[in-house]
Amino acid sequence: MSDLVGLYNYWIFIVLMMIGFYIVMAQHNLIKKVVGLNIFQVSVFVFYISMSKVENGSAPIIADGVTVYSNPLPHVLILTAIVVGVATTALALALVVRIRDAYGSIEEDDIEAAERTQEKDF
Amino acid sequence: MLANLPALQVVLPLMAAPICLILRRADWAWAFSLIVTWCCFAISILLLLQVQTVGDISYPMGDWAAPWGIEYKVDLLSAFLLVIVSAIGSVVMPYARRSVEAEVPGPRIYLFYTMYLLCLCGLLGIAITGDAFNLFVFLEVSSLSSYVLISMGRYRRSLTAAYRYLIMGTVGATFYIIGVGMMYMMTGTLNMADLAARIPAVADTRTIQVAIAFIIVGLGLKLAIFPLHMWLPNAYTFAPSVVTIFLASTATKIAVYALLRMVFTVFGGAPLFVVAQALMMLAVVAMFVGSLVAIYQSNIKRMLAYSSIAQIGYMVLGISFISAIGLTGGIIHLFNHALVKGALFMAVGCMFLRLESVRLEDMAGIGKRMPVTMACFLIAGLGLIGVPLTAGFISKWYLVLAAFEKDMWYIAALVLASSLLAVIYVWRVVEVAYFKPVPPGANEIAEAPISMLVPLCILTGASVYFGIDATRTVDIAADAANFLMRGMMP
Repeated sequence: MSDLVGLYNYWIFIVLMMIGFYIVMAQHNLIKKVVGLNIFQVSVFVFYISMSKVENGSAPIIADGVTVYSNPLPHVLILTAIVVGVATTALALALVVRIRDAYGSIEEDDIEAAERTQEKDF
Repeated sequence: MLANLPALQVVLPLMAAPICLILRRADWAWAFSLIVTWCCFAISILLLLQVQTVGDISYPMGDWAAPWGIEYKVDLLSAFLLVIVSAIGSVVMPYARRSVEAEVPGPRIYLFYTMYLLCLCGLLGIAITGDAFNLFVFLEVSSLSSYVLISMGRYRRSLTAAYRYLIMGTVGATFYIIGVGMMYMMTGTLNMADLAARIPAVADTRTIQVAIAFIIVGLGLKLAIFPLHMWLPNAYTFAPSVVTIFLASTATKIAVYALLRMVFTVFGGAPLFVVAQALMMLAVVAMFVGSLVAIYQSNIKRMLAYSSIAQIGYMVLGISFISAIGLTGGIIHLFNHALVKGALFMAVGCMFLRLESVRLEDMAGIGKRMPVTMACFLIAGLGLIGVPLTAGFISKWYLVLAAFEKDMWYIAALVLASSLLAVIYVWRVVEVAYFKPVPPGANEIAEAPISMLVPLCILTGASVYFGIDATRTVDIAADAANFLMRGMMP
């Protein structure tokens, strides 16, 4: 029981990760895939931030009467990962815009059908 | 200056990329990138010489000492990879001018070179960094820029290919940081050398085992190991020729390097005892599936892309032997395949410039119409097969030796059998090019311009040279392999 409650953050991490991963694989809409990818990445942020928390630890700022600090390093790492995630999302959405211009659809099935019927070159 | 070379290796292309953006004019951007890539190549050669004479270089970024700050570490293996990447990067540049003009819309050309430099920066960074998280950052720098480069192809399918690669690549990179996070949970460090020292104490925990699984699968996606290769054929087929040349000869190689670094340096080879057999099986399947599918392609670029999947199989096979000879074979194949596949894709790019097609049936009689290009294709093709006196023979020789050393004669037989499959797909092109008449009424076409032929001949020549006189490359690969094996836990 204590595992269930005590590791609450990690359960959330796993659930989010699986939801995101499932959406990436199962959805055929290109935008939804990007959303899934985002959830997948955010789950990792939750994971990193959870592991850096020290019980009863305060923010890593030196102050009177505080002796236990949380680990700031994973937070900083995740700051980097967030930036990477934003760049990935922006690029993915930009590609989706161009794909819609080129194919007139953002449904993978339509795009694949168009690729099969209209382009025999490949 | 000399002491700061490790930093310059990465910072130079990183700073050059935005300058390229400011230059705007296509020819200026090209000339500037040319100079930058050649400087990168010079730096990597200097680093290799330095490593060979005085030993490993450790460079603390911003003077923060190693376990806390980010350390750049150049040992023989990373110096070798730096040379491979920057050599290909600089040989491709003279070629790029005409090819990019023909395949990328004019107003976007300066953006192309910006992305090219960023991609080079990311790949070099992966090879040089000694920090597990920093490796992720560089992995994403190189990946994001390569998605953009692929999407610049002239087909609309370039866009979908880039999108699919983006999804797969991001999943792979995210798997990798999950693994790194778990290692950090158990050890409290991200520095590779420090991790290597601390992991043995906690190696038997579930967390570390899961971390190993995440990292191997994540990097496996990046290096397109069978069955995680689905993104590769379309990405290579629909990218502009220059991008295909560059990515085929560097990106997957760097991913193999990252795998070696994590498995051997960080985990001390421990995961290999568990996954080696699985890796070997996947490698053998990749060798056959890649080659068999390649035989049935009528688009030459796609054919070579599938052949790359097979060749990645050979590299992974070399790793999975867990022996110094096997590793030597794998590492030397990194280098040889970079030369051979670079030359082949360059030849295809030359044909595309003149023919506007990479379809096999349009190649009829090309041997007479573009004699130099096709001759290079033939020679590089022999290298791909592994005919003696070409680079491919050296790598396959070591793989076969490693198989016999472990008494796995059937693996040696499989290596030879899959090489025969390569004969078939190379022969298909040669047959059409040399023995079919030029179709009547075909447009008069000239040989490719000299600026593209020279890089093509350099790579082809190198693939022959390093097949005849392989002592230097084999020495480096063998030393690097021995170094990796020494790091293994008993």
